[in-house]
Amino acid sequence: MIRSQRSTPHTPPTPGKPKYSLRDTLLSYGFLAPALILLAVFTFYPLAYGSYLGFTEYGGARFGQGLPPKWTGLDNFRTLMADPLFIKSLLNSVKYLIIVPVLQLASLAVAVLVNKNLPGMAFFRAAYYVPVVTSISLAAVMWDWVYNKDGTLNWALGAVHLVSKNQTFGWLNNEYTAFWAVMLVTFWRGFGYYMVLYLAGLQGIPAELEEAAVLDGASSWKRFWSITVPMMKPTILLCSLLSTIAALRVLEEVLVLTNGGPLNSTYTALMYVYSKAFQGFDFNYGLASAAGLVVAAVALLLSAVNFRLFRDSSGEGA
Amino acid sequence: MSLVSRAVPAQPTYAPRRHRKLGRVVLRYVILIAVLLFAVFPFLWTLAIALTDKHGGGSIYDFPASLFPRAVTLRNFVEVYTTFSLGKYVWNSISITGMTVLGTLVVSALAAYPLARFRFPGRDLIFGVIVATLVLPSETTFIVNTLTLKELGLLGTHVGVVLPTIAGAFGIFLMRQAFLGIPQALIEAARIDGASEFTILTRIMLPLTKPSLAALGIFTLVASWNAYFWPMLALSGAPDSVPLSVAVLKLKGQFNYDPFNIAAGALIMMIPVLLVFLSAQKLFMRGMEGAVK
Repeated sequence: MIRSQRSTPHTPPTPGKPKYSLRDTLLSYGFLAPALILLAVFTFYPLAYGSYLGFTEYGGARFGQGLPPKWTGLDNFRTLMADPLFIKSLLNSVKYLIIVPVLQLASLAVAVLVNKNLPGMAFFRAAYYVPVVTSISLAAVMWDWVYNKDGTLNWALGAVHLVSKNQTFGWLNNEYTAFWAVMLVTFWRGFGYYMVLYLAGLQGIPAELEEAAVLDGASSWKRFWSITVPMMKPTILLCSLLSTIAALRVLEEVLVLTNGGPLNSTYTALMYVYSKAFQGFDFNYGLASAAGLVVAAVALLLSAVNFRLFRDSSGEGA
Repeated sequence: MSLVSRAVPAQPTYAPRRHRKLGRVVLRYVILIAVLLFAVFPFLWTLAIALTDKHGGGSIYDFPASLFPRAVTLRNFVEVYTTFSLGKYVWNSISITGMTVLGTLVVSALAAYPLARFRFPGRDLIFGVIVATLVLPSETTFIVNTLTLKELGLLGTHVGVVLPTIAGAFGIFLMRQAFLGIPQALIEAARIDGASEFTILTRIMLPLTKPSLAALGIFTLVASWNAYFWPMLALSGAPDSVPLSVAVLKLKGQFNYDPFNIAAGALIMMIPVLLVFLSAQKLFMRGMEGAVK
């Protein structure tokens, strides 16, 4: 009954040229209008105008006087390449990619650990996810205390005699540790998120495969590397891609924890974009947009590399 | 049958195997508890600080005493509320989050309905455009959006914070998927009864897709309540309008000498999200918001 009604839709599809009803078309665009207008104004226009600004001189005094952007070609990019701070920030963003394999393997391992029918697993999963639903500003408040010169991290390290009381320093105030301290917060906020994505993927591994390996006497370490990782390749690819883009665009953690310091050791590329546009008295929208374009290009390149890497290695495995 | 034949070779080594198995289970729990400490320790310490009676003396760096407060009080929560006028920021957070959730639901449902149920020229193009927003580079979006909001006179207002965030591929696709699951017969019947498309949407489609609406609302709520960078930027000229997420960090910068109140303020911000998360845990554990980020 329902089936027969379903096969006679409102506007019957005709083979070849589709016929549209004017009423449906008008209604559709009426319903779509709010979303389309908002996307056009706040997503597509910024993309186009922001790219244009990258090739202009704009902001600061020029903006104050109400003058339009002035086309300067590649000048901004030359300025960027000659700016040691930009080079350093770009390198720091690339260095931040170290987190990708660490975070992905750890999340996958945690997912394997909680993917077992044992008491308390639902609790562990939920608890691991709590940092994901924690605001970055709260994370900053809490981790700033942990990393303090007299904070819990130094106390814990002191308790196991890894540091002595008179040698301690604040982990965010030291130019050699700040970068890694910031990265650990990204790790803390990320592993529960990826764990959930991996848990979904783990459901797809046939149980017989695991059982057969157990019978063959394969250790859990071996099973992880020769069954879980290869079987999870598509999920790993997706997660690595998300994680790579996120790492390259890291900004919030840096902003709330160190503001790029100390001695610019945590200055990342988007920190540079933000800082040029809104911190200090520069308001150099042109240069900031150009820097944003460079980051976008690097992100695109890395996504391509990511795909390549995974495709090649999966080809080897086959 | 196969189960029996499998079990047979395992028989002789049964006892040592069982020990090894037990050892493995213990090891699993040891690792899980270590990871648990890493995940929740900052919260526990913050809770301990917030509950500490600061008039009892001692600093938050007085270990292990600061982890196990001797004198427990709720005074910090009251004090942070009155002295830092936290109520103002709570209200700002509610205003911004409320508008974002409502806006996202309305805009997504409206856009998803024709995408799920109508045939019209340009549908595939619009579909492609919405998918494209997921992969487009957005590094400089925040610069242009502040300029646009300034032009519109909305910079520094809650509406200005909300508007750029409510139309997104995730919400539209989520609602479209939900609408696709409703039998066409229901809609046909309503049309024959003379219902307008808007009535069909509000009286049939929306009530039948409540679970999806709830899911979208909850994800949006958590994301919006926690958002830091964009509200901070859009409201940088209006310090009295900032939400809790921005205020807490600013208060920490200004009143770091009073960590007890700051910790209490941080928990006041965390508790609503935690309650929402715990009550809708299953939703988050499905990994559905994967498409958002």
